[in-house]
Amino acid sequence: MTQISRDDVLHLAQLSSLQLTDDEINSLQQDITNILGYVEQLSELDTAGVEPTYQVTGLTNIWRDDVVDQSDVTREQLLALAPEQQDNSVKVPKVL
Amino acid sequence: MARISDYRDNSARKNVERALAAAHENEIYHALLSLTKERALERADAVDRGEITGRLAGVPFVVKDNFLAFGAPTTAAGRMLEGFDAPLQATAVEKLEAEGAICIGKANLDAFAHGGSTENSAFGPTKNAYDLQRVAGGSSGGSAVATALDIVPFALGTDTGGSIRQPASFNGVIGVKPTYGTVSRYGVVAMASSTDTIGTFATNAEDAALVMDIMAGRDVRDMTTLPDFFTPTVDIKSQKIGIIKEYMSDDVDIEVRESTLAYADKLRAAGHTVEEVSMPILRYALAMYYIIVPAEISSNLARYDGIRYGYRAEGVKTLAELYGRSRDEGFTTENKRRIMIGSYVLSSGFFDAYYQQAQRARTILIDEYNRLFETYDVLIGPVAPTPAFKLDEHAADPVSMYLADIMTVPPSLAGLPALSVPAGMTGEGLPIGVQLIGQQKTDAHLLALAAQMEGR
Repeated sequence: MTQISRDDVLHLAQLSSLQLTDDEINSLQQDITNILGYVEQLSELDTAGVEPTYQVTGLTNIWRDDVVDQSDVTREQLLALAPEQQDNSVKVPKVL
Repeated sequence: MARISDYRDNSARKNVERALAAAHENEIYHALLSLTKERALERADAVDRGEITGRLAGVPFVVKDNFLAFGAPTTAAGRMLEGFDAPLQATAVEKLEAEGAICIGKANLDAFAHGGSTENSAFGPTKNAYDLQRVAGGSSGGSAVATALDIVPFALGTDTGGSIRQPASFNGVIGVKPTYGTVSRYGVVAMASSTDTIGTFATNAEDAALVMDIMAGRDVRDMTTLPDFFTPTVDIKSQKIGIIKEYMSDDVDIEVRESTLAYADKLRAAGHTVEEVSMPILRYALAMYYIIVPAEISSNLARYDGIRYGYRAEGVKTLAELYGRSRDEGFTTENKRRIMIGSYVLSSGFFDAYYQQAQRARTILIDEYNRLFETYDVLIGPVAPTPAFKLDEHAADPVSMYLADIMTVPPSLAGLPALSVPAGMTGEGLPIGVQLIGQQKTDAHLLALAAQMEGR
C-alpha cells in the first residue's frame, strides 16, 4: 500500500496551490494515505486492450461560428466581484 | 406533502409568503442558507398582475446554493466564494423563471458539493427532516430537506455521484438525476465535468417530470447538452426489470434490503417482471469514481485563485502566497483532500496507474450496463446501504463517508438516468428510497414508471 510521506503532502499542496498550516499536514497525510489505499484495489482489474472513456454520451467537438456576441454581463459587474480593484483593473500583489 | 397543483389556485404572493414563513418555522433544520425574499415577492406580484405566466406560475422553489441565482449571494456553502453576487443566472433557473416559478431561497450543501451528508458545509450541517440527530444526506441536503418539510414543492440540486438521489432517499422525497447532458450546467458551480448533472427533488413523479421537462434541452452555452429528447410520457408497458444482486448483500442494512424487495413485489403486482441480475464490475465502481472525480475537481477548482472573485487572504505579500493562503483558508478540509488526491492521480508517474486505469475500468462498467440493457428495461436496487446516519458518525473517516456513495456512483460514471423514489420507512421511522436506473435518454420513462407505482 502506498505510504504518503510528509514531503509528498507538501509536494501535492504545492501542485494544488494550497499553503497548508502545520496541523493540517498530519491529518491530510493520513487521509490521503487511506483514500489511495482504498482506490488502489482498482489495480487488480485487468484492463489490457480496453479503451478509456472520457465522455459518456458520444458527443465530440461542437463547432460554432467565431463571431463576437454581446454579453448581458458588464465589465463593471465583473470588476465589482474582485476582492481589490483599482483604475478599472483587478489589483494583485507585486509579481516581480 | 403538497403537490405543484396545490399551489396553482392561490395568489402567488400567498404562496411565496407561506413558503417564507415555513422556511422561518423550520430554521432549526438549517436547510436554507439565505432567503431571496425581496426578489421573490416582487416576482410574485408580477405573477399576480398577470405579467408572468406559465406552467409554474406562482410556484415557489429553492435552488441548491451552487446555482447562480439572483436575490442573494451564491456561496456553494464555502468561504472561497465569499461576497459573490452572481452577475447572471443559471440557464436552469432562467427556464423555470420563464414559466413563472419563484425562487425563494438558496439551500445548504457540502461545500462545492463535495460530500454525502451536508456536514461539509462551511456554514454548518443541515439536519434530517425526520430526525434532528441525523444527517440530511448530501451533497444536496438542504434542497432535499426543504422539499420534505413542505417549504417548497420542488427544489433544484446537482448530482455528480449521488448528491440528489442519496438525500432524496434519506428524506423520503423523489430525486431525479437525469441522463448526462439533459440539463444545461451553464451558471452552476462545476465539480466533475464528466459526471455533473442538474436535477430536481419533488414530492411526486408527475411534478418531477414537469420540472425536468422545463429545464431539459440543448443550450449553446453548455456544449455538453444533448439535442432535445425529453418528452414526458405516461404510457408504460410491462417492463422487464433487473434487481442488482451486488447491492443486496449482507453488508447492506436489512431494512433497506427488505424495502427494495417489497418495491420489487409491488412492481410484479403491477404486471412487470423482476429478476435478479449480476454486475461484477460494480465492486470497483467507487474506486473508479474517487480517482476520476477528484482529478476533475482539482482541475475545475483551479479557477478559485483569490484574484477575480471570491475570498482573498489578508496581508499577503506575493502572488504565490495570495493563491496558497486564499485557497487554504477558503476551502474546507474535504475540498482540499479531493483537490490533492486529484493532483496525485494526474501527476506524472501516477497518471497511467490511477487515472487511465480508472477511465479504462469505466469502459468495462459501461459495457456491463449495456449488456444488461439488452435484456432489461430498468435496473433497481437500493440508493444507499443505510438509512440516514447520525451526525458526526462518518466525519472523522473520509473513506467510510465515501462508502455511502457506493450505489449511486455507478450510473453517474456511465451517464445514466437514475431516480430515488420513496419505498417505505424503517422501524425507527426513517425513510428509505429505492433506485431506478435506465439507459441514457430514458428519463421520462423512469419517471412514468415511478408515477405508476405511487400509491400502490
